[in-house]
Amino acid sequence: MTGTLSINGTELRISLRGDEVLLDVLRDLGYTEVKEGCREGACGSCLVLLEGVLVNSCQVLAASTLGREITTVKGLGTFHQPHPIQEAFVEAGAVQCGFCTPGMVLAAFALLKKNPRPTEEQIRHALDGNLCRCTGYVKIIEAVTLAAERMASDA
Amino acid sequence: MPKNNEPTHVGRSTPKNDALALATAQELFTADYPLEGALHCALLYSPHAHAQIRSIDTENARAVVGVVDILSYQNVPRILHTSAGQGYPEPSPYDAVLFDRRMRFVGDRVALVAADTLGAAREAVQKIQVDYEILEPLLDRRHAMDEGVPRLHGGEDHAKIPVVYEPENNLAAEVQIAFGELEEGLANAEFIEEHDYSLPAASHCAMEPHAAVAYIDQRGRLVIVSATQVPFHARRIVGRLIECPLHQIRVIKPRIGGGFGGKQEVILEPLVALVAWRNKRPARLVLSRREVFVATRTRHAADLHLKTGAGKDGSITALEMDCLLEAGAYGTHSLTVLSNVGSKVLPLFNKIENIRFHGRSVYTNLPVSGAYRGYGATQGYFAWNQQIDAVARRAGQDVVEYCKRWHIRTGETSGVFEALGEGKEGVSQVIQSCALSECLDRGARAIGWAEKRDKRTRVGQDKVKGIGLAIAMQGSGIPLIDMGAASMKMNEDGSFNLYVGATDIGTGSDTILAQIAAEVIKVPVEKIIVLSSDTDLTPFDVGAYASSTTYVSGQAVKACSEKIAAQILATAAALLETEQEKLHLEAETVRDGTGKKTVTFEEVATSATYNRDQYQIQAQASYTCQQSPPPFIAQFAEVDVDLKTGRVEVVRFLSAADCGRPINPVLAEGQIEGAVVNGLSYALWEEYRYDENGRMTNPRFWDYRIFTARDIPEMQTILVESEEPTGPFGAKSIGEVAINGPAPAIANAVYDAVGVRIRDLPITPEKVWRALRGESGAADVAGGADRPTGSRPS
Repeated sequence: MTGTLSINGTELRISLRGDEVLLDVLRDLGYTEVKEGCREGACGSCLVLLEGVLVNSCQVLAASTLGREITTVKGLGTFHQPHPIQEAFVEAGAVQCGFCTPGMVLAAFALLKKNPRPTEEQIRHALDGNLCRCTGYVKIIEAVTLAAERMASDA
Repeated sequence: MPKNNEPTHVGRSTPKNDALALATAQELFTADYPLEGALHCALLYSPHAHAQIRSIDTENARAVVGVVDILSYQNVPRILHTSAGQGYPEPSPYDAVLFDRRMRFVGDRVALVAADTLGAAREAVQKIQVDYEILEPLLDRRHAMDEGVPRLHGGEDHAKIPVVYEPENNLAAEVQIAFGELEEGLANAEFIEEHDYSLPAASHCAMEPHAAVAYIDQRGRLVIVSATQVPFHARRIVGRLIECPLHQIRVIKPRIGGGFGGKQEVILEPLVALVAWRNKRPARLVLSRREVFVATRTRHAADLHLKTGAGKDGSITALEMDCLLEAGAYGTHSLTVLSNVGSKVLPLFNKIENIRFHGRSVYTNLPVSGAYRGYGATQGYFAWNQQIDAVARRAGQDVVEYCKRWHIRTGETSGVFEALGEGKEGVSQVIQSCALSECLDRGARAIGWAEKRDKRTRVGQDKVKGIGLAIAMQGSGIPLIDMGAASMKMNEDGSFNLYVGATDIGTGSDTILAQIAAEVIKVPVEKIIVLSSDTDLTPFDVGAYASSTTYVSGQAVKACSEKIAAQILATAAALLETEQEKLHLEAETVRDGTGKKTVTFEEVATSATYNRDQYQIQAQASYTCQQSPPPFIAQFAEVDVDLKTGRVEVVRFLSAADCGRPINPVLAEGQIEGAVVNGLSYALWEEYRYDENGRMTNPRFWDYRIFTARDIPEMQTILVESEEPTGPFGAKSIGEVAINGPAPAIANAVYDAVGVRIRDLPITPEKVWRALRGESGAADVAGGADRPTGSRPS
């Protein structure tokens, strides 16, 4: 089938098979910021926002996303204009290998949109679908706390 | 004299130089490399734990549209090797070939299909027909050396160095050392603690699955991009396996999504290299998580038997340690992990005069064990720390004070350092920095040890609180073996390119090495442009393992930077028409003692490049560590044990670590915290489970659970500084040591809470529940002299 994928504000006309998962389609299109860590919806490495809702792209059929707005981590900020969450991850030392980071940043983004002043417990809860083996999560939680403070004071 | 002795760039938590690029997803990992026209590879694995392939029929597979090449024993040369990325010659046995007719575990490699699309490759894999003669598997390591059990190896398999290797007995490695008179020491003991311990296999679970790609460059050379901890070892091993001269191969390490030892193995590189080399087309191979679990490497499962004799005052009169490691199907890292069970554990209490250590690694028809953060020390310390806890209790002593009394100190040594090396004798060393007592004091104070130990405070109806301690040491590189090198050049604007073989796999070593260079040369860290781990561009380094990078590669960078500094001074001296000895470097300028004569780095570099006595300011240096100064750590776990369910919840975990003077404290904390959470997860949840045919039954994150942000306890990390005179700016390593304490600290805390000892990991609710009911097993219940003060909760 053919249709339009809207990724980070760019519309792409594509053709795809009905059984293709969004993760593969995105990566084949060059959106390699979406990482594959398990392909079972267990690790959060492949998270994207679908119409603002956090989804594991390995668990979503690409066909179901036609015409809907997809946001990857690159849709939040860039190297030269990073999102405050991305800056906070850098400053807090929350990035080690960086493989889980795109998913973590998106999960934090989704949380702070709903709940701009989360408690530590709420942050831990929101990151529960994202695995990280490097950091022990301590500095990731610190980064989200820091980002929340900054974003709240900027608002 | 210049006042530039206070470090300005080391000891600071500079953000990682790749952090922003990673956070904004600009960096490429191996699987992200765009490869036009690449062949996609898929693997066929053995469904049998032990089998001989009678024949392979690939006709139907070749008929799948898009299939280009199929590799199997039929067309790939049989070259014995080890996949262990270690120094050369490797201390691991040469017992593997790329494709064999003998299958030695469920997940052993049968064949590879390369096709135009991944779909075609996978479809073709399903269509390969294999006729297996099924053999009896050997699944119980405890019987691996019995008469009449199946043998996995033999024939041409051999050790590359003179060590004990008896494939005819399923013995992949054996290590023995003895000091003093063990029997006499035991006879003189007032009491003896003798127990068995057991630890399961575990997966590294680096978030990035193993991946490698290869292509032929414009001049016909083979380029491999790989998720590796050991690019130079990969080049060497690939060259031999695909019979391609080393000079035709380039290995590039991009960003790596974690390693933890799992990528210290050369597994995929020879395969993509062979496909690319044979077909003169790019090739890519990216493993699924399931493949990572089953077909890469695991932590060595282990059984330990410890017998500790002690006097009335708790002094240890004898220590006997037996260790059985499960190598699995191949012996990669079997000898060295085994050595480290002893060599990283036994020197910690260096006053024990009578010691016997005997270890064996044995083959079984199970997944392959390999390097894993902690590298044997984790297995050894799980047992050792519980023994120490039990001895201290029986001697009526607080274990914190007990450890302070007996641990090795600055200025002291242990015969074990010299007796046990990696595949050969070790290297004697005198400890030059040890702040373990301070770690113990500060940790105990911060967690409220005295107020919490032996209290058995109830939480609600069913929960009881307990607190436990574990201590550990590791090393910093492998002495007289590990070598790292650096080269550096100065650009005309006063910036520097730093080229290191050292392999940043997410640890931040690129940043740490830049900080070291910046400190010597007195420039901002941003002026050090780091390029690491490209075998064409950077000098050699053994790679990221054995807690070596900061200590070994760091010293290479420091020495290289000192040479650069000397050249800058010499050039400046000519420009300023003064003597070099009167000048010093300070904030990107060269000054004399009076401050009257100065010249900027930019002026120095511009002059050297364009104007006068032109030359390139550049240098290189290598460093081989002469010693392996241990980092030390004291780790405290506070737990709630549910008497009804047996569930153990770690509510607080504290680490107090001596890694010398940390170059980058936040990165050092990150290493500790990551290792701790990996250790907690291993202590409570992680294990490979197999069915009766040796097939792993839980190769997915839903069934092999690891801790998430929701599962972690309240965490605290204290860096206790010492000054290691042999390290760069006083630094020692920190990559591994912190994974050793969580499991024994929790086990000791469970005992503190409810008086039962869980001696086999993971510490599941069922084991605790059964132990509380007095059921036998690996756990046992406090009784007699081992019983702590206070009554056992009922």
